[in-house]
Amino acid sequence: MIHFVLLVSRQGKVRLTKWYSPYTQKERSKVIRELSGVILNRGPKLCNFIEWRGYKVVYKRYASLYFCMCIDEADNELEVLEIIHHYVEILDRYFGSVCELDLIFNFHKAYYILDELLIAGELQESSKKTVARIISAQDQLVEAAKEEASSISNIIAQATK
Amino acid sequence: MNPFSSGTRLRDMIRSIRACKTAAEERGVVRKECADIRASINENDPHDRHRNLAKLMFIHMLGYPTHFGQMECLKLIASPGFPEKRIGYLGLMLLLDERQEVLMLVTNSLKQDLNHTNQYVVGLALCALGNICSAEMARDLAPEVERLIQFRDPNIRKKAALCSTRIVRKVPDLAENFVNAASSLLKEKHHGVLITGVQLCYELCTINDEALEYFRKKCTEGLIKTLRDITNSAYQPEYDVAGITDPFLHVRLLKLLRVLGHGDADASDLMTDILAQVATKTESNKNAGNAVLYECVETIMAIEDTSSLRVLAINILGRFLSNRDNNIRYVALNMLMKAIAFDDQAVQRHRVTILNCVKDPDASIRKRALDLVSLLVNENNVKQLTEELIDYLEISDEDFKEDLSAKICSIVEKFSPEKIWYIDQMLKVLSEAGKFVKDDVWHALIVVISNASELHGYTVRALYKAVLTFSEQETLVRVAIWCIGEYGDLLVNNVGVLGIEDPITVTESDALDVIEDAITRHNSDMNTRAMALVALLKLSSRFPSISERIKDIIVKQKGSLLLEMQQRAIEFNSIVDRHKNIRSSLVERMPVLDEATFNVRRAGSLPASVSTMSKPSVSIPNGVAAAPLVDLLDLGSDDILAAPSSSGADFLQDLLGVDLGSSPAQSDATQAPKAGTDLLLDILSIGTPSPAQNSTSSIDLLSTTDYNKNPSIALETLSSPAPPHKATTSSAGMFDLLDGLSPSPSPEATNGPVYPPIVAYESISLKIEFSFSKTPGNPQTTNVQATFINLSPNTFTDCIFQAAVPKFLQLHLDPASSNTLPASGNITQNLRVTNSQHGKKSLVMRMRIGYKVNGKDVLEEGQINNFPRGL
Repeated sequence: MIHFVLLVSRQGKVRLTKWYSPYTQKERSKVIRELSGVILNRGPKLCNFIEWRGYKVVYKRYASLYFCMCIDEADNELEVLEIIHHYVEILDRYFGSVCELDLIFNFHKAYYILDELLIAGELQESSKKTVARIISAQDQLVEAAKEEASSISNIIAQATK
Repeated sequence: MNPFSSGTRLRDMIRSIRACKTAAEERGVVRKECADIRASINENDPHDRHRNLAKLMFIHMLGYPTHFGQMECLKLIASPGFPEKRIGYLGLMLLLDERQEVLMLVTNSLKQDLNHTNQYVVGLALCALGNICSAEMARDLAPEVERLIQFRDPNIRKKAALCSTRIVRKVPDLAENFVNAASSLLKEKHHGVLITGVQLCYELCTINDEALEYFRKKCTEGLIKTLRDITNSAYQPEYDVAGITDPFLHVRLLKLLRVLGHGDADASDLMTDILAQVATKTESNKNAGNAVLYECVETIMAIEDTSSLRVLAINILGRFLSNRDNNIRYVALNMLMKAIAFDDQAVQRHRVTILNCVKDPDASIRKRALDLVSLLVNENNVKQLTEELIDYLEISDEDFKEDLSAKICSIVEKFSPEKIWYIDQMLKVLSEAGKFVKDDVWHALIVVISNASELHGYTVRALYKAVLTFSEQETLVRVAIWCIGEYGDLLVNNVGVLGIEDPITVTESDALDVIEDAITRHNSDMNTRAMALVALLKLSSRFPSISERIKDIIVKQKGSLLLEMQQRAIEFNSIVDRHKNIRSSLVERMPVLDEATFNVRRAGSLPASVSTMSKPSVSIPNGVAAAPLVDLLDLGSDDILAAPSSSGADFLQDLLGVDLGSSPAQSDATQAPKAGTDLLLDILSIGTPSPAQNSTSSIDLLSTTDYNKNPSIALETLSSPAPPHKATTSSAGMFDLLDGLSPSPSPEATNGPVYPPIVAYESISLKIEFSFSKTPGNPQTTNVQATFINLSPNTFTDCIFQAAVPKFLQLHLDPASSNTLPASGNITQNLRVTNSQHGKKSLVMRMRIGYKVNGKDVLEEGQINNFPRGL
């Protein structure tokens, strides 16, 4: 199972964290500090796995962002690399060639997509298309609610004129 | 929307935070935003909630405290609209975790949302539940989730399936409720549902044996068919990854088959064909294909024996190992560790490649490879492998040396074919990575050296040469100091030169230079200095010609800031100075250290000694905070209990004197407790040299609890193997020296009932009187002070008193005040007798005393039956 997902920038800034196992706030910041120190300092040609406190951390760098997932020792590291790539591709499709800034200003969207991909630290969907469909359906729901709200406030505004 | 809202938009907040140049500036912005959000929360305006929570999540991600926003999440979740719920659930998952009490408040909202008419709201609730539910919530909401596994929309079904995996992880008792629902998911066509269904089944199988049995019977064939279908399926763009149809589903199916096949030959048999197909047909030029192959290999290794498949699997691993991609090599090393269990030979074939991986620049690969190499070692290849590893030790990274040297040491210790090879390899390791070597390793080396008597000369010369070059390796220096102290004469006189050695000439003062260097070096630690000081004392007798210089070095230590060093320096100085007559016997070579005892002790006291090693100055019984030297001269000081018992049999053997020859105290000791009283008493009349003490020595020797109770003692005996045993051979001199230190004996005399003294034994030339005292609160134990009175006009030398008691008694002898009994003079010795049948049986003892009169041995024996009653 995936214990947590971590997105860290080249500069060590955290862009997304998702915890599937219980960590206290203190532990979380310690883990982030420790791991970003190790991962950012690794050379480019080394393998994408780190053995860390009895777990394995699988990471991959995309442009200026490191995507890290912490898994159990017995899990399939190569598959987790695929999951990371899967997530990146879905982000890419959603934002249209995603960049770090997209993830900063729309961090909640990145979380929504991750929630359609993983639950309880396990993969829930292998089709990028399905994820995209569900996300856009929910986005439409939000849009519709917003429109409704603004039309109502228009009506109220007109009525009170 | 709200004209009175004073807050900034989320986007603006992110911008202003990103514009901050310093951390202080950022803190300022965040503080202000947090204040605004708090104010807005207090106003309780529902329009701002959405935005406040989004801001809080961003602030939370930066690592600032946001607990004040937790209730806002609950409010948003409870509101009717989808957008509010969406952000509310996201906040819930981000800001809270399962251990927070607040979470319980959300259970009711979750229950309502799980029954919501909008399937996306149901999805949100399932997702939140799956990510952060606690055991309590899992129990409360399990029925809802179970029902949702049958929901009409596949997207809800898959979420419900994963939510169930979390529930059964949290509450394994609930597993059986989910078995039926899970098996129905395996028949699905929708990949998302199938993947999550397989995952749920896997989880249930690992938790519940009945579930495992059920799935094995009902689902194995179906799963194999599903796997065959997707393996053979035509190109499906929706699921294709680098030419493989849905590698994620592949991996999960293989993983579930692994648990079903493990330990069940029939199920394993069924899946042989499909596994062979996956193993041969999967493309291995892309990561996705390799992920599937890797999972397939793991499944092949775990299921019941199908040897042809295993050959296939090993071949795949061989291919992986020669792959240029580091990731693939890493997983190959990982898998080979499992493969070694059933096909050692096949893995041995890759030994060269694996050895090269130890030298990889990548730390993860190095670590895996090193673990694998240590599994590959056997008697045949140990020399070659060790040589390679030691060569690499010279050039490896500093931070890898610790792991590497620890592995080499354990390999060498385990498989060493001969002692000289072991010593050679250990010296190499100590030379290269001495500062990383653990204490028990070099202690073991000293024990081995001590046992290899024919190699003493060779070893001390090799150490001398090594320490000249690698003087910064602390543990090497320690071993060298100990050996030079013990075998310095062999070094200088080139005793026992082996054919393979280059001849060297070492003068006495060269050897001394090494010790002086170690004791004066500014970064030597306390242990090293202490060992050096003992070595100096030993050398003062081995090298009489330069004893003046040795004395000078010792004298300098009088100024040491460490009390122990200071004190010992003064004492040693006076030994060198004033007690030349006893010095040589005082610093005689150590008796051979017992390997078996050491190993038992090492195994038993390892955790304890490790814990004390980090803190060498733990307080020891007599309150002096210092490590190794304490034992050496502790005998006369206040703690009669700790010191002699920690030195065990060797100590007692020494106590008995050199002329007794090498009576195997160890073996006697192990027999003694078994043999009954009669045997013990018989031993005396047979006239074997030193058995009388064994009832005590055996207790000391065998009671490892002594060491556990007081790890610092164990530490001392380990870290200063040299000193303690010698101390008493010349008790006369020592006691002069320590008069000032020793408190008056038998302080307990004033307490408890008073027993009259007895004359225990009397002959023409000798009289022995016993006086008794009890320690308050311990009626079983009697302290006996024996006074030996010389009735003859001659001086008795080498007096040794021995005693034996029946089994229900325990006897402990302290050293005598002197071993020389002048004409009409007397000496005293304390005994401690513990009567396990106190009140039922009274004391009885057999004794023997041996001494020399005018160079002639005299032996007197007797039985003591006249002990006062009630002792």
